[in-house]
Amino acid sequence: MEIDLSRPILERNDTLAAANRVRLAATGTFALDVLASPGAGKTTTILATLAFLGDRFRVAVIEGDIASRVDAEKVKASGIMAVQINTGGACHLEADMVSRALDALPLEELDLVVLENVGNLVCPIEFDLGQSARIVIASVPEGDDKPLKYPSIFAIADAVLLNKVDAAPVFDFDETAFTQGVRNLNGAAPIFRVSAKTGEGIGEWAEWLAERVKAVRAASL
Amino acid sequence: MTQEILNAITQAAEGAGATRINSVRVTIGELTEIVPDALQFAWEALTPGTLAEGSVLEVVETGGRSICLDCTKEFSHDRFERRCTSCGSYATKVISGDELLIDDIDVDLAEDASDGEAEG
Repeated sequence: MEIDLSRPILERNDTLAAANRVRLAATGTFALDVLASPGAGKTTTILATLAFLGDRFRVAVIEGDIASRVDAEKVKASGIMAVQINTGGACHLEADMVSRALDALPLEELDLVVLENVGNLVCPIEFDLGQSARIVIASVPEGDDKPLKYPSIFAIADAVLLNKVDAAPVFDFDETAFTQGVRNLNGAAPIFRVSAKTGEGIGEWAEWLAERVKAVRAASL
Repeated sequence: MTQEILNAITQAAEGAGATRINSVRVTIGELTEIVPDALQFAWEALTPGTLAEGSVLEVVETGGRSICLDCTKEFSHDRFERRCTSCGSYATKVISGDELLIDDIDVDLAEDASDGEAEG
């Protein structure tokens, strides 16, 4: 006997992500999903961005890692509220993990929650978390061919950050090729050149984010 | 991913009173990061001891297709370039190739199995 299912494979995750989205919208909290490969500078870029924004928003960071608490400790050391998720081997965050992390946060008092996903350019893509926006951080030492090797993640990004631009003189990084590679996949996402280390470009990117955080907050008032 | 498929079809099969899952059909878009071979491998690893033991996982692959938001033409494309092939615009929207779907399953029912065969 044939049974017709016609349902998304990830329906369970999609449902939980939708619930996260409703919850975040109700409290006017913007959720930013940060995607990158290991070592691209996710934590450092998040800290530099939040330092630039200062006290304009009430912020928390959800740190996703396979194991360890080092990133959450680093964020807390900067005086920012942080929750660690250990995925226990999973190479990406899923909506139920984020839901439990949101339980641990005073959402009604928060304007912005940053979700630092597990360092991975493949697995997180299909798992909606209920985020308001997704950004991809690529970095100069990784090479300019990242969009060619991992097309999907660049295709779904709302913004792309090219980090470690201060290191450009050391590496043979063809920025035109990188930009073209991103554009071929994604016509809309702005590409921000930043250095989380020197602070270069962080302001321009942080203002892009701030505009969106404000819009979500205003919509809930 | 494979575990999600297995959970969903096991639930559906049990709900229908099935004793065995013979086959499963899924649709995987070319623009997703899912590798059909890896799904097959995981299928063989995860199904023993379940209703789907020995079942066939049929993967239907769909190619990438987008519509241009500027010239409204539809076009096929690979994973690496989504620019409009007619006018060169970057403003395009995927209409096919990003599917991750469980289509249907074929099962044996406990009591109907012998009847079904007799009728057939």
